[in-house]
Amino acid sequence: MNHFGPPQLSWRAIAVWRRNFLVWKKLAIPSVLGNLADPMIYMFGLGYGLGSLLPATLPQFGGGSYIAFLAAGTVCASTMNAASFEALYSAFSRMHVQKSWEAIMNAPVSLDDVVLGELLWAAAKSTLSGVAILIVVAAMGLTASPLALWTIPVIFLTGLAFAAPGLIITALAPSYDFFMYYFTLFITPMTLLSGVFFPLEQLPAGFQTAAQALPLTHAVALIRPLLFGRIPEASLLHVAVLAAVTVVSYWIALGITRRRLLS
Amino acid sequence: MAPLIVDNLHKRYGDREVVAGISFTLGKGECFGLLGPNGAGKTTTLRCCLGLTAPDAGSITLVGEEVPARAREARARIGVVPQFDNLDPDFSAAENLLVFGRYFGLPDAVIRERTPRLLEFAGLAGKAGANIKTLSGGMKRRLTLARALVNDPDLLVLDEPTTGLDPQARHLIWERLQGLLAEGKTILLTTHFMEEAERLCQHLAIMDEGRFIAEGTPGELIAEHIPVSPSPLRPANLEDVFLKLTGRDLRD
Repeated sequence: MNHFGPPQLSWRAIAVWRRNFLVWKKLAIPSVLGNLADPMIYMFGLGYGLGSLLPATLPQFGGGSYIAFLAAGTVCASTMNAASFEALYSAFSRMHVQKSWEAIMNAPVSLDDVVLGELLWAAAKSTLSGVAILIVVAAMGLTASPLALWTIPVIFLTGLAFAAPGLIITALAPSYDFFMYYFTLFITPMTLLSGVFFPLEQLPAGFQTAAQALPLTHAVALIRPLLFGRIPEASLLHVAVLAAVTVVSYWIALGITRRRLLS
Repeated sequence: MAPLIVDNLHKRYGDREVVAGISFTLGKGECFGLLGPNGAGKTTTLRCCLGLTAPDAGSITLVGEEVPARAREARARIGVVPQFDNLDPDFSAAENLLVFGRYFGLPDAVIRERTPRLLEFAGLAGKAGANIKTLSGGMKRRLTLARALVNDPDLLVLDEPTTGLDPQARHLIWERLQGLLAEGKTILLTTHFMEEAERLCQHLAIMDEGRFIAEGTPGELIAEHIPVSPSPLRPANLEDVFLKLTGRDLRD
């Protein structure tokens, strides 16, 4: 039987989203603070520590300070991490350990809805993470443009574009240990190659080209100019890449999960 | 229309035919028992009936809907008690009912109105706010049964509902199921407790290696296969039939 047929979606995906939201609400404040701590440490540590070695403004940093440059990268990387963690560890625990997905599928909810609900939830949760950092960045005066508000939908889209590939890994995972490979081989190199910590242009030409294939590069290309108060160049292309990664990865994740749970 | 009609169902995993051409019809208000040793194909049959896995051949009509094509619509009118507990450990007893009811598209107000009655039915009236992790095995099973009733289903599908329970907990579940049958609910049950089948089921089938090897009422099966009790101290029972038909070899 073909498990990779087109997704058949319904509004019941929202009930799955609400299930996760109800759990999150019980621990909302520690969860947000926990997600904020790690990126903030990096941003302040590197931003001030490394930034103090650099001239106050540099053209490579968009004409601003290093910490302002890094702040935009931190918003993207943190959204990526939050979406990945939710789609990997949390979703895996609901699918494999707690068997919550099996329980849900005894109701009139298809696996297609379950996986979509998880995708939307991971993206929503990562948006909270990204926006929390955005608020800190704005409070520190590192962004002042009203264009910065446009980063919120971009953050959500970035969350989708990382939650969906994460769900592929979850569908394949035999245990939690498997996720380490994904972080080590995919997420960590991407963080260093996508212009989060330093401009892409500092990389050798071949790496610059390869970086165009990484979703995080496109998220950074949208969010950094917006925080600097500029309209991003080629914004439609970047949005299209993130949207395409989401749709294709969701489809693949669903096919593999159907094979895993419904055969 | 009969709540469940299964016709010539086949399901194969690799080279192994797990379900090898079974047919049965479940009448309204009836309790049908699917008996068999471990690995007989009972759970796979149920998964096919619920549209959770596609059969290789045969047809299934569940509450008037073709399965698996319209399984989602069919499941709206079904309640399921799975073999292994999958209550949501992140929630209290009442929250489990609320969240599960939402999967059926029920408004929160309707679920909240039904919740006290369902908890009472499960003997968990004082436990609305209790964490799932604090409930005993019997309580969890009863809550799972209550959860399966949140949508007021026409047909209940129970996969080994009392496995792992102590006799007290088992008898309480049986009593509740008898109550549901008296209300006119239809039940499809798998079990390997012969006493459970004798008490609850009007009709049963003994399944082994994917086939029905005997079918009938408990009385018919005993009369047909064990005309003389193997022990002078007690009458023949369903367990005698089961062991005669499926043998005494271990199955796992």
